[in-house]
Amino acid sequence: MIPAIHAEFRKVFTTRIWWLLTFVMIAYLGFIVLIMAAAFVLGGDEMTGGGGPQMGKQLAHMLYSLAGPIGYVFPLVIGSLLFTTEFRHKTITSSLLVAPNRTNLLIGKIVVAATVGLLYGIVAIGSVVAVAAPFLEILGDGAFLGEKETWEIFLGTVWVYVLWSMLGVVLGGLIVNQVAAIIILLVMTQLVEPVLSLLPLFWEPAEHVVKFLPAASGTSVIGGSSLDMGMGMSAELGRIEGTFVLLAYVAVFAVAARLITLRRDIG
Amino acid sequence: MNQEATIEINSLTKQFGRVKAVDELSFAVKPGRVTGFLGPNGSGKTTTLRMLLGLVNPTAGSALIGGRPYVNLENPGQVVGAALEASSFHPGRTGLDHLRVHTPQIGVSDDRCHELLEFVGLSESKNRRVAGYSMGMRQRLALAFALLGNPSVIVLDEPANGLDPQGIAWLRNLLRHFASEGRTVLVSSHVLTEVQHTVDDVVVIARGKKVHASSLADLRKLASRAVSVDGPNRAAIVQLAGDHQWNWKETNTGISIENVDAAEVGARAFAANIELHRLVDAEIGLEDMFLKMTSDAQAPVSLGGNA
Repeated sequence: MIPAIHAEFRKVFTTRIWWLLTFVMIAYLGFIVLIMAAAFVLGGDEMTGGGGPQMGKQLAHMLYSLAGPIGYVFPLVIGSLLFTTEFRHKTITSSLLVAPNRTNLLIGKIVVAATVGLLYGIVAIGSVVAVAAPFLEILGDGAFLGEKETWEIFLGTVWVYVLWSMLGVVLGGLIVNQVAAIIILLVMTQLVEPVLSLLPLFWEPAEHVVKFLPAASGTSVIGGSSLDMGMGMSAELGRIEGTFVLLAYVAVFAVAARLITLRRDIG
Repeated sequence: MNQEATIEINSLTKQFGRVKAVDELSFAVKPGRVTGFLGPNGSGKTTTLRMLLGLVNPTAGSALIGGRPYVNLENPGQVVGAALEASSFHPGRTGLDHLRVHTPQIGVSDDRCHELLEFVGLSESKNRRVAGYSMGMRQRLALAFALLGNPSVIVLDEPANGLDPQGIAWLRNLLRHFASEGRTVLVSSHVLTEVQHTVDDVVVIARGKKVHASSLADLRKLASRAVSVDGPNRAAIVQLAGDHQWNWKETNTGISIENVDAAEVGARAFAANIELHRLVDAEIGLEDMFLKMTSDAQAPVSLGGNA
């Protein structure tokens, strides 16, 4: 298994897409957080309704939590690319010639995707804090960087990026067509789940179901149900529950990828 | 004979929908020889090779290397080296990295990559991205990949595509050298003349079925010989052919006479006092027969006959 993981690492880091996506992610998260921080901190009392220190802490937590719900498409995409690039450029042929065991290929890619997700998570939370913290410290009510709750958000964000990239790689293994995979990821994350998450507004019992959707579970991993982050980012599940829900998605799609797509002929 | 390196294809069949891409195909490939796997485009060569290499599941039959299916080999990268498509590289990865990606699983050091890139003549381009490689360079890189594990079985799909004449000559010597070392070499091609100076054995398929398998020498015996003759008085040459009951036809270079050699035609013409300006043994038979065998897959056994 170690050689398979070693090979997968080399596959990721011998092309440029991993750092290109990293830069896009840093720029994107930094930009969104900058706008949000500016709006809330400089907008002051009009935006927050005049809250005082308690409000300031909530604002800090809200900004720090943004890396998850706003940036989770990045670990999903980089994860999916681990499979779809191999099929797009047909390098899957040489990969399977060298090591025909397709289960090992899948496991190797999941392990490497998780590691890449860890790096992405650290970079993501780093860029969010780098933009938000100075704003909060200088112009707002403090950065709250010493708080245990703040660090729980940081760790939750890194952890959820690990989970997202694992989900990305197994989805890529199921939908190996690169264009199709990216379109499906974008439609699911930007359209389908946001629309579904509005369902409880019209039909209340739906809230028992929508909290198990991937993005909602991901938000729970960051915030836990104890934390109200405002902005409609409700976390209905606990951190542990959210983790298990996402891992369940990973497991289901991994099995589906192995039994459906990875059983096919490579031609 | 090195049994570990023998390829056995037994009643191998692959059905795509209603089409049988490979149909009850059986043949063996022996170590120490270069075997040409020949057939027109779409005849099932690549599908057969992909089944042999565990990439495509056969509908029926088996393809074994040293008695085992590819996927059951202990470390396939050290037993079999294969180059299937010269285009299957990530354009953004360097030539060197394309090899380095696979060394952990084959179990060879990265030094081996540098050695092989030197060997195939790519050491100056090894740090360039493959996007900038010519077709010939990709073929060389594919070959370097195939050789990473120092395999005893070498399988190459259309390796001469995109190589320049020097490259083809180099490849020919290389394949001969591998066979002389006792390795098993299986090379596919859709042009018999491309490999006729390289191979010892030939397996010819058309529409998924075997139409011929023998040594190249035996195939040559089946092929009709012909002599190309010309002179100022063609009518006399035709007359001579008629006298000796030779089959002849007029071509754009003169008269082509079948099943004789130049020495005999020359002697007869000299005896009959016919002036000749051209007298050449032509091996048109081999390629003609290949075309005939592969275009007429329904009646595959009409070998050696005159058209």
